[in-house]
Amino acid sequence: MFENFLLWFQQNLPEIKEVMLSLNEGFLKSLEIFFLTLLGAVPLGLVIALGSMSSIGLIRWFNKIMVWIIRGTPLMLQLIIIYYGPGIILDNNWWGSGAAGRFIAAMIAFILNYACYFSEIYRGGIEGIPKGQYEAGEVLGMTRSQIFFKVVLLQVVKRIIPPMGNEVITLVKDTSLVRVIAVYELMWNGQNFIKSEGIIWPMFFTGVYYLVFSGILTVFLGWLEKKMDYFKV
Amino acid sequence: MAILEVKNLKKNFGELEVLKGIDFSIEKGDVMAVIGSSGNGKTTLLRCINFLETPNEGEIIVNGETLFDASQKENASERDIRKKRLHFGLVFQNFNLFPQYTVLGNVMLAKELLEKERPDYKQNKKQIKAEIEAEARKILDDVGLSDKLDFYPHQLSGGQQQRVAIARALALKPDILCFDEPTSALDPELTGEVLKVIKSLADSNTTMIVVTHEMTFARDVANKIIFMDEGKILEEGSPEDIFENPRHERVREFIGGIGAI
Repeated sequence: MFENFLLWFQQNLPEIKEVMLSLNEGFLKSLEIFFLTLLGAVPLGLVIALGSMSSIGLIRWFNKIMVWIIRGTPLMLQLIIIYYGPGIILDNNWWGSGAAGRFIAAMIAFILNYACYFSEIYRGGIEGIPKGQYEAGEVLGMTRSQIFFKVVLLQVVKRIIPPMGNEVITLVKDTSLVRVIAVYELMWNGQNFIKSEGIIWPMFFTGVYYLVFSGILTVFLGWLEKKMDYFKV
Repeated sequence: MAILEVKNLKKNFGELEVLKGIDFSIEKGDVMAVIGSSGNGKTTLLRCINFLETPNEGEIIVNGETLFDASQKENASERDIRKKRLHFGLVFQNFNLFPQYTVLGNVMLAKELLEKERPDYKQNKKQIKAEIEAEARKILDDVGLSDKLDFYPHQLSGGQQQRVAIARALALKPDILCFDEPTSALDPELTGEVLKVIKSLADSNTTMIVVTHEMTFARDVANKIIFMDEGKILEEGSPEDIFENPRHERVREFIGGIGAI
């Protein structure tokens, strides 16, 4: 079997080269979506989390309803609505017709979607900190922000690493959804070979990229969890 | 002059009146034990004194300075409240140590944050930090934990954790150190080591208010006892007054019920 594979490899070397180049390019786009989403959604999630815990009813309900809508509908639908919505509803296509516009629309959908999921994880983490921690800080004369940054934050981080890890791994695979508005990422490029060359193996091969990348992330997350093992919450 | 005066302190939680007018005063060096069965406002009293709850009525006066007066609706800034708080220290039933800091870190943290506000902090940073650390080490030595400085809270027994909590409160040199049932979460063996620390503080003239169910301890260490019942002080006096000649049947029952006297 291995010999057969070797033979096929040798015979198809130019084609394989072409496929790998294309998949690499797509994978770079997937990585870009992945990292930009985290960069935006990690802080935005905190804003939404604080909003949904606000003492002001209007802010709290606004955030809660947004989280409900975003978590209650498919990300794929959100991509479609954000990309096509302005043109159809407002009769004004903000995104233009180029790839850059499609990419921005995709990023907005992803950041908003992931921020809402993260916000619920943060909220759980923050609300899970015992009241005694805040009170201990207060009677020691700390300010509210000192209590948050010096006492509470690291405990929250420790608590949320496992559920955040889950979301981050999901995000790796969710990046493939952007092809619904024709952003050319890894899976789009793989799928493209079915149409252009009539070969399906590049599509299968995209799985290796996802697996390797999520494998690296899993190792990293495990390391991070271990780093936090020095204290218990 | 009394170091602490509490006048007509009242606190409601909704319809529920938890404190129905508490008056007492203590002098410097006093150790006041607050006793009485659970649910009669002892903890709420401590929490009001430590500004964790806002009383509905009454005054709190420390060294002649009115720290709180419910009739004066002032919008105290966070800074002011913090300054007022620092007259008091509070040791909790559940320790509430900061889990991500070592023993030494727990004791130093609040003091470090406070000293950062000194105008000369930036120039003398190293020296100030060294002073804070030396002081923290000394206090931890006093409570018998000099061999645990680099341990994290979860690596300590309950009794050790509570002693760290006491050291943490002492690091800010409060005028009055309050204890909210400091040994209720500990088994009898560990209770002893914590009570020993509190007793040594009493011997070195630390002013303290101790809410406790340890009657023997209250009798032997406190010089003043108040018995709380249904949100009021039913009886107050010296340990002899309370334990040997209680005026109220309720107090007699409570102490009799404890048995071990």
